[in-house]
Amino acid sequence: MSRPNFGIPKGLLVTLKNIIRHPVTVQYPDERLVISRRARGTDIIWNKNTCIACRACERACPTKAISIDVSRGEDKKLKVDRFQIDFGTCIACGLCVESCPVEDALYMSYSYERAVYRREDLISSDDELLPGEGKQPSGYAHPEVEKTLTLQTLLLDKDREDSQ
Amino acid sequence: MNVKTEPLAINMGPLHPSTHGVFRMLAVLDGEVIVDLEPVFGYLHRGIEKLAEEKTYKQVIPLTDRLDYVSSMSNNLVYVLAVEKLAGIEVPERAQHIRVIMAELQRIASHLMAIGTWANDLGTFFTPFMYMFREREKIIDLFEMVSGQRLLYNYLRFGGLSHDLPDEFLPAVRKLLKVMPGYLNEYEELLKENEIVLARSMGIGVLPEELAINASASGPVLRGSGVKWDIRKVDPYSLYQHFDFDIPTGITGDSYDRYRVRLEEIRQSLHIIDQATQDLPAGEVKSKVPLNLRPPRGEAYSHIEAPRGELGCYVVSDGSTNPYRFHIRAPSLINLTCLKDMVMGLKIADAIVTFGSIDICMAEVDR
Ligand code: SF4
Ligand code: SF4
Repeated sequence: MSRPNFGIPKGLLVTLKNIIRHPVTVQYPDERLVISRRARGTDIIWNKNTCIACRACERACPTKAISIDVSRGEDKKLKVDRFQIDFGTCIACGLCVESCPVEDALYMSYSYERAVYRREDLISSDDELLPGEGKQPSGYAHPEVEKTLTLQTLLLDKDREDSQ
Repeated sequence: MNVKTEPLAINMGPLHPSTHGVFRMLAVLDGEVIVDLEPVFGYLHRGIEKLAEEKTYKQVIPLTDRLDYVSSMSNNLVYVLAVEKLAGIEVPERAQHIRVIMAELQRIASHLMAIGTWANDLGTFFTPFMYMFREREKIIDLFEMVSGQRLLYNYLRFGGLSHDLPDEFLPAVRKLLKVMPGYLNEYEELLKENEIVLARSMGIGVLPEELAINASASGPVLRGSGVKWDIRKVDPYSLYQHFDFDIPTGITGDSYDRYRVRLEEIRQSLHIIDQATQDLPAGEVKSKVPLNLRPPRGEAYSHIEAPRGELGCYVVSDGSTNPYRFHIRAPSLINLTCLKDMVMGLKIADAIVTFGSIDICMAEVDR
């Protein structure tokens, strides 16, 4: 560059401006952000009592993570003997929840921590799929649940519109 | 004294911090000058095209997310457009508008990442990168709000979208449109006149116009060489013909021009989003599509302007529930083929800068 230029000092001014800007990170796990109300979490919640054993979710799954055993009971009604999801192969795509014809049988969960010590522990079946501690249903494909959850924290909220 | 030198072949990669994935450059050096270069890829091959053949049409949508995970929305879009063409599915206007908003937000997020990592390769170690990631994070928050996930959205469906926008989405986008131009000016101040950036990127990795066309490069790589070619203008899809925007182009086709084109495209994208949110029509976001889609026998090709270039999708149907053939024209792969011609005769450190300025995603190159 032959011409004298002030590109680097100019850039340094930008960095200075950013030093005094609000911080954008939080100290996880002490502080936590609220995730999306439609979060497709790392669990799936299944309601034994409302499921009609139609197996639509099993067919919709692209990774064959769901396996269901169905039999006819004495009253000729279909019932589920075993409902098992392998979260090791589940990709949390949400297609199973979307395809379920029953209003309140299948939900994605509103959680994002699912570390276990052994692979087998990732396979959950029947009662383990009920909602529990740290495992609530999320609003994905369930607008009635979505309304009850708190609004997601956005990084954008920290910007003031006149700050520039 | 006569010093005898011999060409030296070195492997850069596959695990090299600046290769943006698992990519190997087999470079032959004379001293520090590159005399030959062979790109070696395939380390991330997952056989997605083959995998798609045994999934139903709908189950392929989450697979397309994983092609170019930095711009999943664009991959979703090109695939659903191809299947909609094949099966003759109509898309409601509101859904088309939202698709445009999503595609443009995705372009901004992807370009921010491209510029950030490129600046990193230049040696401006992590400062611009972190600033740009901060803004990208704001866009990813919006994607999380509508689709439930931050990277692999799986949001578009045949005939529309999986869900309508939540109520809090539009105010957030308006705010983003307000604050983004200020941040963009900041980036420009940081990089545009910086002597080190200029010295390291101007005239480096030049891709002449003719070669760019002959190699069928696309996207910012092609436009950086001065060719005004954008699928959104030449073959509009999803109502792009209704929006007003410019196609920024470069002059010399060097790394710096490609950076300028990307930054300018972000501004144009903001302009498109502004128009699309202004007159967002009300109504349905999904038309009626049979649960088990069986498109008639035939084939369809769709192409869109993805952040990295012309992304094409070719689907062949044999009348069953699974695609008979599924093929992706990956812009990263085709742009990458120009690399050798761009870096011949340059220093080895310039190869990194040039490679960064092409902006590739290895997941898309290898598939
Ligand atoms: S979320 Fe997707 S991968 Fe997981 S069980 Fe449901 S359909 Fe299968
Ligand atoms: S789709 Fe719903 S109702 Fe049918 S088997 Fe699955 S969970 Fe039960």
